[in-house]
Amino acid sequence: MDNKTAAVTMRNITKTFGSVVANDKVWLNIYRGEILALLGENGSGKTTLMNMLSGIYFPDEGQIAIDGKEVVIRSPKDAFDLGIGMIHQHFKLVDVLSAAENIVLGLEGKLDLKAATEKIRGICDAYGFEVDPDQKIYDMSVSQKQTVEIVKVLYRGADILILDEPTAVLTPQETDKLFNVLRNMRDDGKAIVIITHKMHEVEELSDRVAILRHGQFIGDMPTKKTNAQEMTNMMVGHAVTLNIDRPEPKDPKPRIEVKNLTVRSIDGILKLDDVSFTANSGEILGIAGISGCGQKELLESIAGLQPVEKGSIEYIEDDGSREQLIGKDPLSIAQMGVALSFVPEDRLGMGLVGNMDLSDNMMLRSYRRGKGPFTDRKSPHALAESVVTRLEVNTPGVSTPVRRLSGGNVQKVLVGREISSAPTVLLTAYAVRGLDINSSYTIYDLINKQKEAGVAVIYVGEDLDVLLELSDRILVLCGGKVSGIVPGRGAKKRDVGMMMTRLGGDGKHE
Amino acid sequence: MNNAARNPLFHVARRGAVPAWKAWLIRGGAILLSLVACGLITTVVTGENPLAVYVTVFNGSFGTVRKFWTLLQNVAMLLCVALAVTPAFKMRFWNIGGEGQVLIGGLAAAACMICLRDSLPNAAIIALMIVSSIAAGAVWGGIPAFFKAKWNTNETLFTLMMNYVATQLVAYFCVVWESPKGSGQIGVINQSTELGWLPVIGGQRYLLNVLVVLVVLVFVYVYLNYTKHGYEISVVGESERTARYVGIKVEKVIIRTMLLSGAICGLTGLLLVGSTNHTLTTTIAAGRGFTVVMVSWLAKFNPIWMVATSFLLVFLERGAGEISTNFGLNQSFADILTGVILFFIIGSEFFINYRLCFRKTAEKED
Repeated sequence: MDNKTAAVTMRNITKTFGSVVANDKVWLNIYRGEILALLGENGSGKTTLMNMLSGIYFPDEGQIAIDGKEVVIRSPKDAFDLGIGMIHQHFKLVDVLSAAENIVLGLEGKLDLKAATEKIRGICDAYGFEVDPDQKIYDMSVSQKQTVEIVKVLYRGADILILDEPTAVLTPQETDKLFNVLRNMRDDGKAIVIITHKMHEVEELSDRVAILRHGQFIGDMPTKKTNAQEMTNMMVGHAVTLNIDRPEPKDPKPRIEVKNLTVRSIDGILKLDDVSFTANSGEILGIAGISGCGQKELLESIAGLQPVEKGSIEYIEDDGSREQLIGKDPLSIAQMGVALSFVPEDRLGMGLVGNMDLSDNMMLRSYRRGKGPFTDRKSPHALAESVVTRLEVNTPGVSTPVRRLSGGNVQKVLVGREISSAPTVLLTAYAVRGLDINSSYTIYDLINKQKEAGVAVIYVGEDLDVLLELSDRILVLCGGKVSGIVPGRGAKKRDVGMMMTRLGGDGKHE
Repeated sequence: MNNAARNPLFHVARRGAVPAWKAWLIRGGAILLSLVACGLITTVVTGENPLAVYVTVFNGSFGTVRKFWTLLQNVAMLLCVALAVTPAFKMRFWNIGGEGQVLIGGLAAAACMICLRDSLPNAAIIALMIVSSIAAGAVWGGIPAFFKAKWNTNETLFTLMMNYVATQLVAYFCVVWESPKGSGQIGVINQSTELGWLPVIGGQRYLLNVLVVLVVLVFVYVYLNYTKHGYEISVVGESERTARYVGIKVEKVIIRTMLLSGAICGLTGLLLVGSTNHTLTTTIAAGRGFTVVMVSWLAKFNPIWMVATSFLLVFLERGAGEISTNFGLNQSFADILTGVILFFIIGSEFFINYRLCFRKTAEKED
């Protein structure tokens, strides 16, 4: 890479957590005036490596040099002093304070909000951020909050920026805006590292890619000289196909009919407003929308977990008879003979119990079976064994607590359990969030198999590219309302993106 | 490594899964170290021979047959309360109202002994004592559970305050039933007739209690580990959202578990009044409702290990008492030693979960 001195040189970095080697003798250079995409599957050690740079972890071995000078980074403050700033996946902002107050929070010296506001405006103008320093955080969208986080880091003088999956929560339009800002910062001579799973973003944005696999550094190269297929192969370690199947639905019949569904949160906020649609058997209905637009409430209403203000949700049997699902809890829905499976967004907080092992987690759905006060542990154990073999779950054994598994394997366990009961309806929320490419494709396959078996699948997703490739129909939610339902085949990403931000998506304001 | 001097002296790293034998090795090492530390403190502060002190501690529990049975009785009672609160703890319901639940069970038993002694035969009195003390404990545990389930009140505060209500109730009845008049104490109930006294088995007045607690131990162990109820308790404790997701009625589980928890506490009250003391005072629970928090946590909510932890705590307490009489030392000194030992035991958990990486070892690995 030319003769420039690297802004950051990480040499021979090793970090272990117990017996798990998260980073194994990793070498990495980060240059100024360049956007580096750090790629790797889940558990390949990307975030761990960056956390060591930002002072959250301390390496067991190896050295870090900034501008050629060796440094010791013991704490996030050390990292800040060296000009390193990280924007995490989960924002760390105080809701009731304004943007400017959040940005100066924790800084030493006299508090001069006016001067700070001026400086913030200066930063925003220089790079093209759109932030009102006086706006309160609770009034902001996810993308605005992220902007505040970036400005906060810049305000503290960072010129080496690390972004951990920054686009996971953004709409396509917001992503474009963020990328423009990042390019401006690069042109200003800052060093930028972005961690992401999305190949097209890597190709669009980055100048160079570095790839980790199983904690080891595999290689780096200019983005122009490579392509998605090659990068994926390097990440996974063998060739993979990057196509999602979409078989034609066979004999679709209405299975779930939702009419005029209206849901309010406990605080009285309208979450779903007059939502109506039908989900058919043998079909994948994709749900698109900016996160927090009622997707969670929609699925939980169907699953019997969410109190409903008004409307109806009817389950339609093959013979045409109808059952009302509203007002029933998950147990009574199951007792009615409705085979409904639900893969919730919060895998370890809702779908599974992190501290329990695989067999005990399989038991969650089946422990009531059998007479008498005692539980049957044999069949869940057998189910766990079969899920592990069928879905190739990478685990030391079925008696390992699931929280010790990586994200992809946790999801395989959850999906494996949910489809084991031969459902007729499968609800999935962000089924591949945080999963690497390999695991994601396993999950798409599993979902497609369910569809072919005649299951009505409702798939809430955040990656529009995937939704467009996988769904037979796409329902777009915008602020709790149905913005439109479009056929998945032939739908344009841009149009769906517009519908996500504006009802109907036709560009006319309401 | 030219910048070794600037590296921190050590940093803390998380261990992965630690094999059980290694964990117990660390705990055993901690106990040994604590004994050494206690020995040092004893010699430096009092000038006594630490070995002599340890022998005395040992004799406090095993010196005579009587002392040994007292030890067993105290372990059994502590264990019984610990077994009572553990299902609640496993559900992440912090029942620190064991004290009150024991007292109210004891009060119910005493009430049967005193109020029914003139009207019913002994067998009927004992039967009623069993039913009423268990029911009283269950009610006392069920009230905070009901409020928690219905209105999500804080169970820690609620159960704590229920302790004071129970203490005041007992204090009131101590005056109502006082004997002799004016003493403010109940004294031994039915001393001459022995009505309502639980039977003595095998000539050992504490044997019945030990056997009953053994049965409770097996029951709680099986209940928690092999039944549907026990499974529901674990799920609710780990995550209420998961419990609702699979259709477990969380409110029902909370109330049911606390009824059980209170019932076993009530049973302890029955044993204390009907078998051990044959009287009722406000201090009959002797702080066990609070000590069990430590018993249960140290054993990681495993009923079998709780036998060991309750034994350890009672052993230390008996030994401490023995030191203070034999060496003319203050009771507080014994408490200091107990504190040091517990500090080491609890502190060892840190070393089971984490290890320290010193700079030197890191360099050697290079």
